[in-house]
Amino acid sequence: MIEATHLTKRYGEKTAVDDLSFTVKPGIVTGFLGPNGSGKSTTMRLILGLDAPTGGQVTVAGKAYRDFPAPLHEVGVLLEARSVHTGRSAYHHLLALAQTHGIPRSRVNELISLVGLDEVARKRVGQFSLGMGQRLGIAAALLGDPEVLILDEPINGLDPEGIRWIRDLLRRLAAEGRTILLSSHLMSEMSLTADQLIIIGRGRLIRDVGLQAFVDEHSTNRVRVRAPDAGRLREVILGPEVRVSSDEPGVLVVEGLTAEQIGVAAAREGLILHELTPEKTSLEAAFMELTHDAAEYRAVIPAQDLPVATDRQERIAA
Amino acid sequence: MSASAPALDHPSPAARARPASARSRVTQLGVLRSEWTKLYSLRSTRYSLLATLVMTIGFGIMASAINASRWPTMSAIDRAKFDPLATSLMGVTFGVLAIGVLGVLLITGEYSTGMIRSTMAAVPRRLPVLWGKAAVFGVVSAALAVPAAFIAFFTGQALLSGQHIEIAFSHPGVPGAILGAGASLVLVGLFAMGLGAILRNTAAGIASFAAIMFVVPPLLGILPARLADAIDPYLPSNAGQAMMEIGHHAHTLAPGAGAAVLAGYAAAVIGVAAVLLVRRDV
Repeated sequence: MIEATHLTKRYGEKTAVDDLSFTVKPGIVTGFLGPNGSGKSTTMRLILGLDAPTGGQVTVAGKAYRDFPAPLHEVGVLLEARSVHTGRSAYHHLLALAQTHGIPRSRVNELISLVGLDEVARKRVGQFSLGMGQRLGIAAALLGDPEVLILDEPINGLDPEGIRWIRDLLRRLAAEGRTILLSSHLMSEMSLTADQLIIIGRGRLIRDVGLQAFVDEHSTNRVRVRAPDAGRLREVILGPEVRVSSDEPGVLVVEGLTAEQIGVAAAREGLILHELTPEKTSLEAAFMELTHDAAEYRAVIPAQDLPVATDRQERIAA
Repeated sequence: MSASAPALDHPSPAARARPASARSRVTQLGVLRSEWTKLYSLRSTRYSLLATLVMTIGFGIMASAINASRWPTMSAIDRAKFDPLATSLMGVTFGVLAIGVLGVLLITGEYSTGMIRSTMAAVPRRLPVLWGKAAVFGVVSAALAVPAAFIAFFTGQALLSGQHIEIAFSHPGVPGAILGAGASLVLVGLFAMGLGAILRNTAAGIASFAAIMFVVPPLLGILPARLADAIDPYLPSNAGQAMMEIGHHAHTLAPGAGAAVLAGYAAAVIGVAAVLLVRRDV
């Protein structure tokens, strides 16, 4: 369990983390989500005691990270920025970390095999691809078989095979009752991996919500209908729970009715339909909307001019 | 790298079954082992140590050979100034540069690559890392620099003996001076490591090390002579130089005093580095 209370970190004038409070519960994957520069990495550095908070505190299993006699057994970490000497081999990197705790060499070799780096373990890390670097980072995180895992953008640079591998690994580790905090700036990734979402922007907490609740909340089912007599159809289907809008002539966007209900209503009135397509607002769009004001870097296009980001094909998982 | 996903078996069921108290934990001994692994597993470290050896021995041999060949034609004044011990240990001045660069790199290399985050996440108390690094570097450099000084001395004296201008190992103060030459390299290396730990940047660390050792001494000439003479023996470079001489002259320290001064500098910068290491964000 990770608990942050009123966590604040300022670097000079800039406030990177601003009065942030949250709890990361064990046994589930918690997604730590925010645009680039929103304070995710800083929060992780604060959890690990790499940076000292300006205000507030953060504890892991009730303790400050610094007070663990064996931190590698408590918390496994994959930091986004590479945290490996490029001149050292993967094997020696892991060995040097293991030795601080007296973790045996056999465990190092075990981890190298687990993450699939056997063939390159003696190569210098500087020659690694981004994906191999991420696998090495995962190995380092798992070295002490920790109860808590903190992974900053673990999907970065992995090929599809590697991404699936990480997802399965995280699911399994969470199922064993471990606490997993996983950061990403990609909502789509979170929707496949996380159970709980902590969404931050500009260092502030925006939402702390279950994934399912977030999905339910943001996937307002809409149906796009194209009909020659759209005006008539609109009158037929309108009801107290039904909203109909139109962004082009002959096309209706209906909320509050299923495609089937609209089809039946049209047939009853003998109305012709040219298109009847269920649409779902993508989680990505919901996330963008939520964090838009908090995004530190963004294009200078006014919000109303942005294309409506809907993805008809995307099926929301989970 | 193999394309297939590795087995997803539990990483180590046995480890989890054990109670937390039976598990391993951070110890100073463990951190020492870790720092030793870090030291030998980097090519740059091995090359820098090799460079220190080659310079210390190589330049000593070169100076001895040149002086031996020049002796028959040397003027009486030059002959009077000739110092066989200093000639054979002349390479130490160059060894200082190599070991100083290594000392800086040992720490700044961790910052420039980001390794320091992994290191400090594993040892969040931080100080054991600094002590471990200093101890491992000190022992390893001593194990190389002291024999290098002896090799430089004996090879140099063998070359000089052709002209019968050598100094005997049994001459009072000679063994101490050779030992002092090796020890000065160790202390200079630790001093540089402390500078690196304070500055956390390779370029700044090497530049300030070179400035302190090689630029400041000649700059003292612009000060009034009495002031310059008072400061001069206490510069790190001259304190180190005093360690490899027999006795002392008007404006130099005795070998023991030189060692104390140089060790004081090394301890001071490492002490400052320790305070900063605990206080600053990584």
